[in-house]
Amino acid sequence: MDAPTSKPEQNAADAFLQGGASLRNASGPYFGSYGGRWMPESLIAALDEVQDTFEKAKADPEFIAQLNDLNKNYSGRPSLLTEAKRFSQHAGGARIFLKREDLNHTGSHKINNVLGQALLAKRMGKTRVIAETGAGQHGVASATAAALLGLECVVYMGAEDCRRQALNVARMQLLGATVVPVTNGSQTLKDAINDALRDWVTNVENTHYLLGTAAGAHPFPAMVRFFHEVIGEEARAQILEQTGKLPDAVCACIGGGSNAIGLFHAFLDDSSVKIYGFEAGGDGVETGRHAAAITLGRPGVLHGARSYLMQDEDGQTVESHSISAGLDYPSVGPEHSYLADIGRVSCTPTSPISAASATNPSRTPKRWTRSGSCAALKASCPPSSLPTPWPAPSRWASALPKARQTPRRSRSS
Amino acid sequence: MSENTASKAAAAIDRAKAEGRAALIGYLPAGYPDVQASIDAGIALARNGADLIEIGIPYSDPVMDGPVIQAATTEAIANGFRVASVFDVVAGITAVTDAAVLVMTYWNPVMRMGVDEFSRRLAEAGGAGLITPDLIPDEAAEWIEASDKYGLDRVFLVAPSSTPERLEMTVKASRGFVYAVSIMGITGTRQAVSGSAEKLVADTHAAGAERVCVGLGVSTPEHVREIAAYADGVIVGSALVAAVRDGGVDAVGKLTKDLSAGLRREPAQA
Repeated sequence: MDAPTSKPEQNAADAFLQGGASLRNASGPYFGSYGGRWMPESLIAALDEVQDTFEKAKADPEFIAQLNDLNKNYSGRPSLLTEAKRFSQHAGGARIFLKREDLNHTGSHKINNVLGQALLAKRMGKTRVIAETGAGQHGVASATAAALLGLECVVYMGAEDCRRQALNVARMQLLGATVVPVTNGSQTLKDAINDALRDWVTNVENTHYLLGTAAGAHPFPAMVRFFHEVIGEEARAQILEQTGKLPDAVCACIGGGSNAIGLFHAFLDDSSVKIYGFEAGGDGVETGRHAAAITLGRPGVLHGARSYLMQDEDGQTVESHSISAGLDYPSVGPEHSYLADIGRVSCTPTSPISAASATNPSRTPKRWTRSGSCAALKASCPPSSLPTPWPAPSRWASALPKARQTPRRSRSS
Repeated sequence: MSENTASKAAAAIDRAKAEGRAALIGYLPAGYPDVQASIDAGIALARNGADLIEIGIPYSDPVMDGPVIQAATTEAIANGFRVASVFDVVAGITAVTDAAVLVMTYWNPVMRMGVDEFSRRLAEAGGAGLITPDLIPDEAAEWIEASDKYGLDRVFLVAPSSTPERLEMTVKASRGFVYAVSIMGITGTRQAVSGSAEKLVADTHAAGAERVCVGLGVSTPEHVREIAAYADGVIVGSALVAAVRDGGVDAVGKLTKDLSAGLRREPAQA
């Protein structure tokens, strides 16, 4: 894999760190010029209630103990940090470690945030939770937490995603949740969020919106990050234990960016640790059919936050494209936009198609963009030249589903 | 409320008040089914009793809108609607009617064009100002500056869930009128008007608003009559959009005439 080129603002980030200021624990509502509350007034009281409940819970030892207990005895934390020795060997010798969030109960990192928010919902006296889901991981986690805590659960899921993630739809239903297929717009994650917001504004009296990514209006970005910080805290302790030192780099895939911010957070102030985020390159960034919001979008507001956004020259959201349902989102959490701007995180789009092509310099393993539950840590960055193409193009090319053929306007993003 | 003697929306509401009635505000999406048709429908609104006209900008992610308006705006975008056309629609209506024409828009299209440029072009087209469903005063510094510069009305929303502090803050930031959403929910026709609307209007008046208009779920002359008894204006959206869909300009004119019959307060005051 080529080392992603750093943005010119890298120096600014270095200076920031050398100045002794911390990038950790940013509380919102703003991350630089990003974040905020670009929301209907109807929902402001609910956001205030969530924020107030969250702030009090965070400072309440009883809540933290309850959360830690669930993380340990329900989710199965800490998740393993596994050295991928054969991959390391293949990649040229750098030691590569995988933070195994896939080993959590329900099969992804999503459970971390869901348990935290479901506990908050109970504290607020809500009897119903709603959620959006792309790949279905967040929906499955939400349905699970709702079943655990005795909450009614409704999950909004794009009809396109219901089709390509049918197994997760069945899991949610088995857990007692109602899955609502969303047929508006691109029928993917952003449209599921639109319908979840419409539900929330209508039923806010008894309903908590269990937003699944570190995006949306304040306090969601900071709150969702808080519940995922355990990923990075564990990973940092585990890598120190296994190697005796900090990693050269950490990296994660970024859709909305909840797994990534959870991992990155522990390392933000470790200036020796490079941080890389990989956005979904879709059919290739040159095609316009991708989900690389930070790399190719421009700041705008969607779903309550100002952040990098894939939009056309009229400010209409451009439909994103990724064969990973979990990365198919046209914006990104506001803290990621900020960290990218100041150069602390280097963001690169990665394309499964082009990664399989010998003519394309990008050799990011497509598995990172394909998996909805992306392994969240590679503790050492692979070198810039690979001894062999990986994975074998022919094998992957045949496994790739055909790109969606939805008619759409082709304006510049 | 911010002082501005030139508020077009306030003037239109005050003209209705002088006639002893509430104002009728009709919503139509720009470019639905095409730009010229939306101009014609807006003119029909004004000529059949609407005092103010709210022109919506079709947007890809309308989280406050129900199925009728979503379907219309999605079709407008599919038919090639461009945001700059909204100025043609506003100019087309203000050129031949006295109605105050406001633009209702989600915020990202304004931000994308540039708040100052959007405001300048809206003022040039004869527009009265903006209704901003997903922009709260807390985030509106740039818009407040631009609207002052170009003399445009700032219609923010208040909801049954708004706290007294937020009501007061929103009233202070608004100009023209304050938009009270009748119910916790999204646009669309409903059987009955929520009981929370009357209390919200009273609270908003008490917070200092001179003019409070009620929208969301208002679709029949009976709804209009009920709300006109306590609010300064009544806002109808989805029912008019359905009229465009089902019967075109003629149906809009007829429905507007029916709705306006509900405006006069009993007993009439001079």
